[in-house]
Amino acid sequence: MKNCLIVDDSAVIRKVARRILEGLSFEITEAEDGEQALLRCREQMPDAVLLDWNMPVMDGFAFLTALRDLPGGDAPKVVFCTTENDVGAIARAMRAGADEYIMKPFDKEIMVAKLQEVGLV
Amino acid sequence: MLDSDFEFLRSYLKDRSGLALAPEKRYLVDSRLSPICRRLGFEGVTELVSKLRASRDVTLEKAVVEAMTTNETFFFRDKTPFTLFSDVILPQMLSARAAKRKLRIWCAAASTGQEPYSLAMILDEARGRLSGWQIEIIATDISTEVLEKAQAGVYTQFEVQRGLPIQMLLKYFEQKGESWHISPKIKSMVNFRQLNLIKDFASLGQFDVIYCRNVLIYFDQPTKEDVLRRLSASLSADGLLLLGAAETVIGLTDALTPHAQQRGLYVPNKHTAQAARSSIPMRVAARA
Repeated sequence: MKNCLIVDDSAVIRKVARRILEGLSFEITEAEDGEQALLRCREQMPDAVLLDWNMPVMDGFAFLTALRDLPGGDAPKVVFCTTENDVGAIARAMRAGADEYIMKPFDKEIMVAKLQEVGLV
Repeated sequence: MLDSDFEFLRSYLKDRSGLALAPEKRYLVDSRLSPICRRLGFEGVTELVSKLRASRDVTLEKAVVEAMTTNETFFFRDKTPFTLFSDVILPQMLSARAAKRKLRIWCAAASTGQEPYSLAMILDEARGRLSGWQIEIIATDISTEVLEKAQAGVYTQFEVQRGLPIQMLLKYFEQKGESWHISPKIKSMVNFRQLNLIKDFASLGQFDVIYCRNVLIYFDQPTKEDVLRRLSASLSADGLLLLGAAETVIGLTDALTPHAQQRGLYVPNKHTAQAARSSIPMRVAARA
């Protein structure tokens, strides 16, 4: 079973994403900010990370940079999932090492399409 | 639409497809069923509903259920038709047409444009191998409404997310406020026209590749046979037809045969191709 780490400070978004991803047979772990997410990744590197951009303590961008520096940190497929929806933000995320990008709001179909795009579904 | 029509459709769809249509989805009924009404010459949804109430018409029932349950088209929908295009169809045509350097593609149910634009993006990605080639993409649909949207090439954030890899979005779209505009370069590669497949389309000429996905399902058996026969006549001898995942030619026509290696692809049958050259629609022919 593939593991997905959901990183978002909104409990509602984590719940929605969890429901969709569990439906796709992912095992889920959650984190409320980038710092918590890094701890989870040090314990066990996930197959996928669904990542919010704006979070307290450590934002998604800083997390992604730190993740890619960890041993084995290149492996997880990182999908940014955020309300930051302008071209500049998307391009910046992709340059920082994200594999895909979902603009909120999203639905199950979009999530599936993006996970297919990175080869996880 | 009358409340009673909507209530009828709700329970009708629930019984036949399991689709639970929420009251707030009422707007969907008009947008999804209007194309069927137009195609069948009904005044509107009320007439359609009275037909459904009056008698059991399997074809009509299927069309209504399909229309209400089908998701709107999106970029690279189903993926396979597009992987087939870039990995099988394009390489094959590059070598078969190396002398002529000419390729004609027809999207026969182009809807809001995502399919022809997806093919255009693939062709643009392959432009290194296509220099000096003359490529034509004709995109047709029965509905002028959807063609207008297709021609505008303007999509919502929701629409561009469906199936479109983010790199392609960044490369081929320009963001203007809340909407995403397809680049003029890709737009200029596609030529949109209104066309009803039931009517004669021989004037479009011969094609090397035809995409005709998820439209035959709306037709009855004789119409399917007729359209397939004329599609075959519109294909060059080594041309390729691609149908929707749930569609086939088997048992419908001998003018087309499944491709020996690739599922979902069909080739014109050389022996019957000659006979099929008479590409007049069945209904017109019958009247003559």
